[in-house]
Amino acid sequence: MSVQDFALAAEVAARRRWSATAALLALVVLLLVLSLGIGPVRLSPLAVIEALFGGGSDVAQVIVREIRLPRTILAFAIGGILGLSGAALQGLLRNPLASPSLFGAPQSAAFGAVLVIALGLADVRSYALPVVAIIAAFGSVFALLAIAGRNAGLLILILAGLAISSFAGAATALVMNLSANPFVVLEIAFWLLGSLEDRSFQHVALALPFIIAGAVILLSQASAFRALTLGEEAAQSLGVDVGRLRLLVIAGVALGVGGAVAVSGTIGFIGLVAPHLMRPLIGHDPARLLVPSALTGSALLLAADIAVRIIPSTSDIKVGVLTSIIGVPFFLYLIMRERRALGGGVA
Amino acid sequence: MTLLSATALNASLGSRQVLHDVSLSLEARHLVALVGPNGAGKTTLLRALAGLIPSDGEIRIGGDALATLALRERAKRFAYLPQGHMVHWPLPARDIVALGRYPHGATDPARLSPKDIEAVLRAMQAVDVTEFGDRRVTELSGGERSRVALARVLAVEAPVILADEPTASLDPRHQIDVMQKLRNVADTGVLVIVVTHDLGLAARFADHVLVLSEGRLAAQGAPDEALSEAVLASVFRVSAYRAEFQREAVIVPWADV
Repeated sequence: MSVQDFALAAEVAARRRWSATAALLALVVLLLVLSLGIGPVRLSPLAVIEALFGGGSDVAQVIVREIRLPRTILAFAIGGILGLSGAALQGLLRNPLASPSLFGAPQSAAFGAVLVIALGLADVRSYALPVVAIIAAFGSVFALLAIAGRNAGLLILILAGLAISSFAGAATALVMNLSANPFVVLEIAFWLLGSLEDRSFQHVALALPFIIAGAVILLSQASAFRALTLGEEAAQSLGVDVGRLRLLVIAGVALGVGGAVAVSGTIGFIGLVAPHLMRPLIGHDPARLLVPSALTGSALLLAADIAVRIIPSTSDIKVGVLTSIIGVPFFLYLIMRERRALGGGVA
Repeated sequence: MTLLSATALNASLGSRQVLHDVSLSLEARHLVALVGPNGAGKTTLLRALAGLIPSDGEIRIGGDALATLALRERAKRFAYLPQGHMVHWPLPARDIVALGRYPHGATDPARLSPKDIEAVLRAMQAVDVTEFGDRRVTELSGGERSRVALARVLAVEAPVILADEPTASLDPRHQIDVMQKLRNVADTGVLVIVVTHDLGLAARFADHVLVLSEGRLAAQGAPDEALSEAVLASVFRVSAYRAEFQREAVIVPWADV
């Protein structure tokens, strides 16, 4: 095999990955337009695009740019950061079952938000809620690092994450348990289900900086995930500072997912499923899976958020419920399909 | 000329001190066998030499103190093969070998410079894995996978190779193949340190043997000195059948049952 052959083989593989990513991008754009068009007033894709760029009727402009755009941006960004976080954690832990909820950040963010609602400090549309949720997500990560220490192994991290997420879940349950006002309990329960309804640009402005910061941190570590394919020791011998990488990934996930959960409630399984959907198309290289997984996460959440608006039902279906209902069986199917491949190399 | 030296090396795992006052001095072009009973600290010594775990005492590599070298620079000087040839994702063998260029800044196997591609191809040719470059490592047999792992280490083109039990779980033919490949690499001017439990392979292929016992160097030197009757009895609690076959040393450990 010559240098030319080698380079050619790499290029063929790269071209296949690029076409898959481009197709994914087209799908996301399509879903963005559909998402802006669907609601009580249905708008055609052309009308949506016209309104988006300042044409069409005033009513259409208000509907698209002020009512539906924030919701659509949030679905895109939150789905994206969930997919990206899932891929990053799976890369860090070399475990295809890893997901953001593993480290307890979403659960802790949810607890922070629930506490605010229960204490009557704010309703679900005010600023205090996301702020406290983000602080709680940060708190959980700091607790995780304090327990795990600077150079903790994977097992300690997972156990500490499990303990923290269980604790956050128990604390959330306690708050609901002690809450005297049944309406507040109902509000909390619905909030926990996860939804993107009635979100404004205020929510976007609050969540987006954290989501972007988290995404930048995670994407910057892409090649280190590839080196980790050989295990922590070998990766370190190749020049990867594994301890630092671990901290960065946890910080990135906390920032992104904390910001996301704060405005949407808990939306599950996107982080878990997105990388799996991409592996047959992109391959198993954890560095290459990051961007496609983020796009898949965006597509999944956009599609789910469109679906909850079209499915006829007497009361609103929450998008978080839908992602779980569809996500879990699909994930089980993926595990069964990949069982043999996974059993080969992933302990 | 000394390439790698350690002076008064002490290392601990948790609260347990694993290495006690290890001093050694090793030369380029040598294949060094690191032997010792289970738990003697062989892997810890290998990791300490590569700077993968903290240790007291001074390690010098090619004239520089290891402590003064950045992670990336260490990575260029030591190629480290951990036990078990672990690969967590089913990547093509070629991408795994290409990870050997990571210390040189080539972090993406799809965008290697011609120089990096040449190094990868050289490494793959040296251990005969070129033909299954496209196959996923998880689909290879144990022997093939160990050669891919070896190629990844060779692709670093580091002056020192540290291999932790590269022959474990291989059949006799593959064990001999792997040792012969490492021998060939050493002959090109590299210092190769191999942890092994196979005293026969150590005696046959090594220039220099380090015998580690309870974290201390019990003996070191040419195979026949370091693996003397007295050392085998005190460190391994075995005697040995010794012979010469095709002008190479044969040692078969023996214990009465």
